[in-house]
Amino acid sequence: MIPEIGHLALIIAFVFAMGLAVIPMWGAVRGNSAALNLAPTLAMGVLLFVGIAFAMLAVSFLKDDFSVAVVAANSNSLLPAIFKFSALWGNHEGSLLLWVLILSGWMAAVSWFSHGLPSVMVARVLSVMGMIAVGFLAFSLLTSNPFERLLPNIPLDGNDLNPLLQDPGLIIHPPLLYMGYVGLSVPFAFAIAALLGGRLDASWARWSRPWTNVAWGFLSLGIMLGSWWAYYELGWGGWWFWDPVENASFMPWLMGTALVHSLAVTEKRGVFRAWTVLLAIFAFSLSLLGTFLVRSGVLTSVHAFASDPERGLFILIFLALVIGGSLLLYALRAPTVASRINYTAVSRESLLMVNNLVFTVSTIIVLLGTLFPLVMDAFSLGKYSVGPPYFNAVFVPLMALVMPFMAVGPLSRWREDSAARWLHELLVPGAVVVVFALALPLLFGARFNVWIALAVLLSGWVAIGVLKDLWRRLGVGSGYGLRWQTLTPSFLGMATAHLGFASVVMGAVVVTQLNEERDLLMKVGDVEFLGGYRFELTALSRQAGPNYMADQAVFEITQGDKAIATLVPEKRRYFASGQMMTEAAIDGSVWRDLYIALGEPVEEGAWAVRLQFKPMVRWLWLGGALIGLGALLTVADRRYRRQSTSQSAAIAEATGLAG
Amino acid sequence: MRVKRFIPLAGFALLALLLFKGLSIDPTALPAARLGQPFPDFSQPELLTEEVIGASALQPRPALVNVWATWCYSCRVEHPYLLALAAQGVPIYGLNYKDESEKARQWLSELGDPYRLNITDRDGTVGLDLGVYGAPETYVLGPDGVILHRHVGVLDEAVFERDIRRFFTAPGRVAQASAQEGGE
Amino acid sequence: MHRLLCALFLVSSSAWAVIETYEFSSPDLSSRYHQLSQELRCPKCQNQNIADSNAPIARDLRVVLYEQLEAGQTDAQILDFMVARYGQFVRYRPEVDRQTALLWWSPLLLLVLGGVGVGRHFRKKDHHPAQGLTAAERDQVDRLLEDRLP
Repeated sequence: MIPEIGHLALIIAFVFAMGLAVIPMWGAVRGNSAALNLAPTLAMGVLLFVGIAFAMLAVSFLKDDFSVAVVAANSNSLLPAIFKFSALWGNHEGSLLLWVLILSGWMAAVSWFSHGLPSVMVARVLSVMGMIAVGFLAFSLLTSNPFERLLPNIPLDGNDLNPLLQDPGLIIHPPLLYMGYVGLSVPFAFAIAALLGGRLDASWARWSRPWTNVAWGFLSLGIMLGSWWAYYELGWGGWWFWDPVENASFMPWLMGTALVHSLAVTEKRGVFRAWTVLLAIFAFSLSLLGTFLVRSGVLTSVHAFASDPERGLFILIFLALVIGGSLLLYALRAPTVASRINYTAVSRESLLMVNNLVFTVSTIIVLLGTLFPLVMDAFSLGKYSVGPPYFNAVFVPLMALVMPFMAVGPLSRWREDSAARWLHELLVPGAVVVVFALALPLLFGARFNVWIALAVLLSGWVAIGVLKDLWRRLGVGSGYGLRWQTLTPSFLGMATAHLGFASVVMGAVVVTQLNEERDLLMKVGDVEFLGGYRFELTALSRQAGPNYMADQAVFEITQGDKAIATLVPEKRRYFASGQMMTEAAIDGSVWRDLYIALGEPVEEGAWAVRLQFKPMVRWLWLGGALIGLGALLTVADRRYRRQSTSQSAAIAEATGLAG
Repeated sequence: MRVKRFIPLAGFALLALLLFKGLSIDPTALPAARLGQPFPDFSQPELLTEEVIGASALQPRPALVNVWATWCYSCRVEHPYLLALAAQGVPIYGLNYKDESEKARQWLSELGDPYRLNITDRDGTVGLDLGVYGAPETYVLGPDGVILHRHVGVLDEAVFERDIRRFFTAPGRVAQASAQEGGE
Repeated sequence: MHRLLCALFLVSSSAWAVIETYEFSSPDLSSRYHQLSQELRCPKCQNQNIADSNAPIARDLRVVLYEQLEAGQTDAQILDFMVARYGQFVRYRPEVDRQTALLWWSPLLLLVLGGVGVGRHFRKKDHHPAQGLTAAERDQVDRLLEDRLP
């Protein structure tokens, strides 16, 4: 009964989404305010019924209803309850439902926080999001029904959740990632609504900017968590693999990065309008494209797809309609009168242009590298693989290219600035950074490493730009006390995100350059030295977990006389699926991680073991978290709340801007 | 000026066409790198006679070279069809891939022996030279000893009729067909 | 992360770290082994290098890699050996040739094109000096006008 309620709720949600896609849009065209004002109600209706469907599926999982195909395939009665719940989205059908739930959540949020916006704008935005919801609900209902039953042959127990996914990572990573992925539909909908309304101006940018920042912030956090999860869960200590599936989430992030910066220019200066709209369309298009790439089997495994060719075709047609339609709309409606260029080549505008150029090129490169094997295959030019060596070779220089500009950006002035002023601001701190980058190895008595020196130079440069900006805003040394009020959430968010970026770069370069790794055979009592630490294998034992049996090894780690940690890596065998899994043990700290993974027993009492010393690897995720949190922080800015108070305030703002 | 606004749409149209084409492409299907090349020479014992043989022993041709092992479940599945093919007069040579010879001989005496001869490839070196990445795999050897086709996975009647039959019926067209590639 | 995502999307993959204990005659060989084993793609499995894959063929290729390194083969010789048997597919770093020119050169090309576009953008400005209202002023007008609309 419960799955049927869920199924019915999903159908009702589909009907509401249809209504939302059609009625307010019709109202906007005809000027019918009753139809316009129905939009928030319809959006709430979609949320309510998708929520019910989601809850019903969750109940089916928690109650071990193995008559439901998805539950039988992805859960097991022995599974801990929390994993039964998260198993809901550990599969295609359920994750699609989560996708739709989050989309309807965003719709509800838009209708909730947009009281101050013109109702016709809100109606158009929600209607566009309704269209997207129609597509995904239809996809779910027609090709991937999560409530399908296995009748009459109900299995006695489920196949179990893939052991890799039996981890807190699964509980938070997909929802956060989807928050970002799907959240990009909001700026997309704002862009489409603005194109439809024919008004692409600073106010449009102001409305969609906080939504973009939030979505992009969640996307950053989602990607960061995915990287961390892979690092500790997969057992070989890698943190980024340039896999097509990974790239599918990285492309919207790169495009979103360009969008976040371009929106700033459009909001503050009213220029780059057509370009910003295009970026908003691209960013969401790439998240749809990612969905296609991941779920159609075009790039990854064929197994899911070969059994169900409609899925790939369905999303492709949906992609064609949404992306093709919006790009057509762009071609027809984007402002053709180029906005007057009222800035010089030495200005904040042009620096943000550099950002946009680099991040757009990066996105295209990741797309090209991801699709290159497919292109060659499609033209029968052979089978190729494009992997990490290519992406690193191309991506690293691109990031290195943008970083020199990152420090100048926050300090620069809109419209017109002078290189002499930049030099004046940054000469001394710049010199300090150069000396620091060159002298750092001497301080640690280490060998000079040109890559690390470069990383310190560039990251230090970015950080010094942020600090100099902070210094200037606070008016340190001006004799009037510190001007704390200048530290707006907008500024703090930007500063945090930029520092986060510098941190990611430091972590990535240092761990790549100085990582130490040793694969060896160890017996109880064996000792090995790595990275200045002493690893001793002190015991081997076998322990039973709730749904697995684990071989454990106990390592005592010491440095000199000091006990550092006791690490217990495991190798698990899961009962239901018989799958083996490595559970690495990690001693983490700001400056280094010690990472131990257990391989296989090779001979009596001896195990193949991998010891790793990973300096500064945490800086990656710390940086990722700072980027995400920085983006979220900007929303607290007062000027975004003003839009919800009254329109006269917006006018006052506009007046102030012109004056 | 206006035309420029259509560039993104045109770009997306190309991308969509590519993705549509992609739906019918199997990313796991790998063409054999050795297509169009002679069967790599080797020097290994025959499974039953234990006499050392080389690539020249693979006569008559055209013929199939079937990669098999007793640890390979799918090989058991395709075995009856190989027997049927051999009965039809199709020459089949075996490559006993990373297997224990004793078990392999037992398998052949129990299930029947479709092979004209069997290359014993205990450590997989012949397989490696051939570009084998698992069992079962079946190669088509042309009259001149050149590898014309590879099939990965279980060989059955449907696959044989669709992809392989032509190499045995029309010898004149063999060279032309070398560009063809199949596989599951 | 691939394995996690694959697991998320129904593709079963086993997940134990591949740990082997080769003894190399020099640290240089060991680091080349690391490098090459990560740049060679396992032909059997989807998107895994031979260093991380549990597939038997990946293990065989690691053995070959080890033996050839110890036998003094150069990186190029080893890559050629692999490509001859398994095709360009095994190289995660595609060779730079005519076929892959687009792949390798387009980053630079795009940057240059973009740079030229930006440059032209600024030169245009000289030909069309700012006219009348600034963008902000026009926004203000737009906003005031919008307010009058029903």
